[in-house]
Amino acid sequence: MKERSRTIRVGTLARVEGSGALTIRLKGKQATAVELNIFEPPRFFEALLRGRSHMEVPDITSRICGICPVAYQMSSCHAIEDALGIRVDGALRALRRLLYCGEWIESHSLHAFMLHAPDFLGYPDAVAMAKDHPEAVKRGLRIKKTGNAIMTILGGREIHPVNVRVGGFYRAPTRAELRALLPEIEWALGAIGESLAWASRFSFPDFERDYEFVALRHRGEYPFTEGRIVSSRGLDVTAREFDAQCVEEQVPYSTALHARLRDRGAYLCGPLARFNLNFDRLGDVAREAALSAGLEARCRNPFKSILVRLVEILQALDEARRIIESYTPPEQPFVVVKARAATGYGATEAPRGMLFHRYTIDGDGLIADARIVPPTSQNQKTMEEDLFAMASVLADLPLSEATWRAEQAVRNYDPCISCSTHFLDCRIERE
Amino acid sequence: MAARKPKLAVWKFASCDGCQLTLLDCEDELLSLSGRIEIAYFREATRAEVGGPYDLSIVDGSITTAADRERILEVRRMSKVLVTIGTCATAGGIQALRNFRDVEEFRSLVYARPEYIDTLATSTAISRHVPVDFELQGCPIQKGQLLQVIVAFLNGHRPTVPAYSVCVQCKSRGNVCVMVAHGTPCLGPITHAGCGALCPSYDRGCYGCFGPMETPNPRSLSRWFLDHGTPRNALVRSLRSFYAGADAFQRESVRLEQEEEPAAPRRDR
Repeated sequence: MKERSRTIRVGTLARVEGSGALTIRLKGKQATAVELNIFEPPRFFEALLRGRSHMEVPDITSRICGICPVAYQMSSCHAIEDALGIRVDGALRALRRLLYCGEWIESHSLHAFMLHAPDFLGYPDAVAMAKDHPEAVKRGLRIKKTGNAIMTILGGREIHPVNVRVGGFYRAPTRAELRALLPEIEWALGAIGESLAWASRFSFPDFERDYEFVALRHRGEYPFTEGRIVSSRGLDVTAREFDAQCVEEQVPYSTALHARLRDRGAYLCGPLARFNLNFDRLGDVAREAALSAGLEARCRNPFKSILVRLVEILQALDEARRIIESYTPPEQPFVVVKARAATGYGATEAPRGMLFHRYTIDGDGLIADARIVPPTSQNQKTMEEDLFAMASVLADLPLSEATWRAEQAVRNYDPCISCSTHFLDCRIERE
Repeated sequence: MAARKPKLAVWKFASCDGCQLTLLDCEDELLSLSGRIEIAYFREATRAEVGGPYDLSIVDGSITTAADRERILEVRRMSKVLVTIGTCATAGGIQALRNFRDVEEFRSLVYARPEYIDTLATSTAISRHVPVDFELQGCPIQKGQLLQVIVAFLNGHRPTVPAYSVCVQCKSRGNVCVMVAHGTPCLGPITHAGCGALCPSYDRGCYGCFGPMETPNPRSLSRWFLDHGTPRNALVRSLRSFYAGADAFQRESVRLEQEEEPAAPRRDR
């Protein structure tokens, strides 16, 4: 029998942030090509940062992504503070973690409930899904709102918060302002268990790969803003050392650079990587919830990342509660910084994965050079490899189902294309 | 026969996605809104796609590529009412900083193979390319204002979004003026209201992320900044940020760069 060839093509990928397309060429059960085509127009952030004051950077880089602005602000601040030789500790550090909790809760809820869950239940979107699963969607939206409330109180607003500055915050919240968040956080801590039970009954495609997971690892905490960059195959470096380890390549079909580890290749960052590398750092509540949802310390099925995101929401809610309950306002809302000529490095855990920044500052405090490596460009190659690996399954499915499955495989990564451009329309071609 | 629900389309051009995300951030209103309006095209939210024409198109993002310059013409043809949201769509966004520089330099700074990258020399507002029915300002836009705009168009009238300055909202919040009391440079007097005077409420000066108010007087504010010790290059940078491409801010930043000496001698009234 002649080998059947076909192309799976998605013109504009839906329920991802930003613009991208996907083309898969199949010959029989083999994929001959997989191209994630990110046509998000480039905005040249690394170039336009040159000549700006180091104090302006967190406001500018937040505009790279409306979904994870806090991640950009945090990596920027840490990198610049590294260059200036200052350390932000105590209540200010706790407030940064709290702001990050808000972003994880908001961004993960958006993805889990509105972008990813409809894939498993066969709906085009969350609004259509809400007709048959009203409680699950309403619960998800309310959990999402809890995250937004944290960001609004602490940051001023949920998209592009105004309160973050190099050295800390412009204004530290009062205890009463933060404590007002507790009732909704307590409610969400109870509700997320139901969401996890709901999602754990989804049917997950049987698919696993032996990824090299990369995430931050901290001596005592589930990682947000600090830690060494480690991998499941022995990488263990500082952010400064990672700069040389991470190589970015340009491919002709994408405005997003492809990252790989020098002499190692593609890797995976994000919730799955954090979970696998930091299971022992989860709080008791999140760890028990993970186990009861059927997740074990090792999870190599990217389709199950939705469960991991829900566990991470729980972790972030639990952490937020802890931070608020023990909060005493700092004496000063920020550490005073003084410009000097230096290069600094910072890596924090954006909801989608590790976000690396490097800045060189000149003697006048202006940015001379910037390097930003967003999670989606780090995961691009791995997304393509996943699709190569599932080619035989895609070849056996009717085209509409194959296309759906391929899109879902990309959405597993919660790709944030606005960030990565520096992505989605899906095509499967059978030659 | 039940009336047909109006069809909404949401379009994305060069942007951070934050302004269209604002719609998904309407956690309390989204489901009821979807009962009154058919979400016919919104790639960030749905796989489903209903063809045009559309009763209301919301456009997020600026025009930075030749392909997008063509696509916006098609979007306009399919849309009865077209509303642009956010600085990218209304003023070119932060990426309009390229308009003051050489885009070739930008392209080769970021990309090893710049020839693969399709980009225009400028980032421009949607209104530079097609007629726009309403522009909603902000970086990002404010959720309440977005809902107000959608509901206004559903009911067939124009939205009433105040075009006065941040100062008005700041006063009504009862803030102490950060400029008068602390000497903190603040773009509030020339910046479009909408955020609710967030920055002064968080002990910092406004950084202009809602763009110029109606009939601003940036020259007068510049003089204040310079007299109070803000370096000229820092002032140029503050005008040249999220609304760098808005006429009033652009003209003033260019003037400041071209005039070597501190503005004009101070005129006593």
